[in-house]
Amino acid sequence: MAEVSLHKLNKKFDTTHVVKDVDLQIRDKEFMVFVGPSGCGKTTTLRMIAGLEAITTGEIRIDDRVVNEVPPMDRDIAMVFQNYALYPHMSVASNLAFGLKMRKFEKAEIEKRINNAAAILGIESLLQRKPRQLSGGQRQRVALGRAIVRDPKVFLFDEPLSNLDAKLRVQMRVELKKLHERLAVTSVYVTHDQVEAMTLGDRVVVMKDGLVQQVGEPLELYNTPANRFVAGFIGSPAMNFADVTLVENGGKPLAEAEGLRIGLPGELAARARAKAGQKATLGIRPEDIHIATAADAPEYCFEASVEVVEQLGSEILLDMRVGPALMVASVEPTLRVRAHDKLKLALKPERLHLFDAESEAAI
Amino acid sequence: MIEGALWRRWVFYNIPLILFVFVLLFPFYWMIVTTFRPDGELYLPWNAPNYMPFWTNNPTFEHILYLFEETNFARWMFNTMFIALVSTVISLFCGVLAGYALARLNFPYAGGLGTAIFITYLVPQTLLFIPLAEIIRNFQLGDTPWSLILTYPTFLIPFCTWLMMGYFKAIPKELEECARIDGASRWKAMVYIIIPVAVPGILSSGIIAFTLSWNEFIYALVFLSSPDQKTVPVGVTSELIRGDVFFWGPLMAGALLGSIPVAIVYSFFVEHYVAGLTGSVKG
Repeated sequence: MAEVSLHKLNKKFDTTHVVKDVDLQIRDKEFMVFVGPSGCGKTTTLRMIAGLEAITTGEIRIDDRVVNEVPPMDRDIAMVFQNYALYPHMSVASNLAFGLKMRKFEKAEIEKRINNAAAILGIESLLQRKPRQLSGGQRQRVALGRAIVRDPKVFLFDEPLSNLDAKLRVQMRVELKKLHERLAVTSVYVTHDQVEAMTLGDRVVVMKDGLVQQVGEPLELYNTPANRFVAGFIGSPAMNFADVTLVENGGKPLAEAEGLRIGLPGELAARARAKAGQKATLGIRPEDIHIATAADAPEYCFEASVEVVEQLGSEILLDMRVGPALMVASVEPTLRVRAHDKLKLALKPERLHLFDAESEAAI
Repeated sequence: MIEGALWRRWVFYNIPLILFVFVLLFPFYWMIVTTFRPDGELYLPWNAPNYMPFWTNNPTFEHILYLFEETNFARWMFNTMFIALVSTVISLFCGVLAGYALARLNFPYAGGLGTAIFITYLVPQTLLFIPLAEIIRNFQLGDTPWSLILTYPTFLIPFCTWLMMGYFKAIPKELEECARIDGASRWKAMVYIIIPVAVPGILSSGIIAFTLSWNEFIYALVFLSSPDQKTVPVGVTSELIRGDVFFWGPLMAGALLGSIPVAIVYSFFVEHYVAGLTGSVKG
């Protein structure tokens, strides 16, 4: 049972303000992912929760205890580091035992916990080896094991998969997910990889320049991004953006740009009407663009010229030019299309996003 | 490895290597030959008909026996060993702690302090022995091993501190952070994690500190005067050079025997030593 709450958390290194007024409630047993580009303050926030970094202002609570001044050893947390930080001079078993020995556990209990963790992670045969005799994936497991044996209130992960190769990363991602289901311990996970964030997180915190941009469930971030940054960061390939002007034509609001004249549906229309005449950014995801058919209303169609065709097997990515803007569309793999073709495309009106040109917030 | 024609390998690799090895090993060879050469051969003029500088057909142990029977050589060896060991231990202890503090504890002016410590290492001993002699006299330590045991750390501690500071900086910070999250205090994290990982670095600075104090000459010459207090470098040069007479045989025998312990120390720890100097911490 552990909730972690951050209240008006700030961190300054000399003159740089790296974490700004972060407010967050991490619920019991929740898997919370911090995601953002490098330097966005996500790792610093994690390190403050761990107690490795002093808090400039604000408050961190684990359950109802304020831990601002509590040293890392007394916070009852476990952390998995990006470079694993295995103790190189100790065997795997001693690595796992270290935290328990420091806490003066009985020998029998230590052994029981090591065997249990080793069984969960499938590293029983490695217990006598030294870290340098292990592969990257095995080291990763040992690092996880060292956290598991402790049975802490909170798990902290600092980009634990980023040193693995792509295939192993996918595999370990699945295992982490299963592990969390099995252990049900409150977890805070930092990554710069939005795919990891989407697949692992119960909720995701998107950060940029030390500020929380949006907190929400993965699909919430995907479907209703709070601003242009979140929209562009979540989802792969990234959302297309086009600078448009909001106009009204015969009572119907439109988003207009060179080579592009898109009608705005339903609710979006109402919100856009209030901003008529202003500049805005239109956002549409590649997977929400398709080849236009007779069923598509003409106000949601546009013309594009294909510049590059990327065959991925399961889909085709078309890099296209729409007026001055570059856009990517993800289309059916069966489509026969070549570079420099001119296509008529349509988009799903209910999947359109609009962002304020100044504040970049969603309209 | 140099690739290409055979002559290239010889010109750019083999010949330079042979020259290098020859330059390094020749003094040792000269020492060995002279040690076992009888006096009759040693003092032949260079143009004598049977002059043979690089080899002897009549090897003898007379110089080594002379060393042990007519001088205090065994005593000097013991003195040198004792002084070098104790001052190395003191310097290592201080150097490891200071190096750790400078590398890891973020306190104000740590960088400046580190540089200041290193600068004290740069003050030449040939200047420093004058004020130190005064201090040694005030504390009435003259002519005792303690005069050296307490003065050698003045240059060994800065050296060890600097070397260990570099080594500690190369150890990933996460190791220690992980230990602290695992439940270790800063002190325990240092004792159980950082110091064991730093053993190669500690051995390297220990070996170099030991060698430096083993070979030290000026302080030993100034602070020690009675023959049975002397160290090998001072004893050999002061007792075996009388006026302008050089007792080459015993001198070289003393030099040879005096270098054996250092050679043993080096070869014994060479594996760790090399790892220490190249700073490899395997994760």
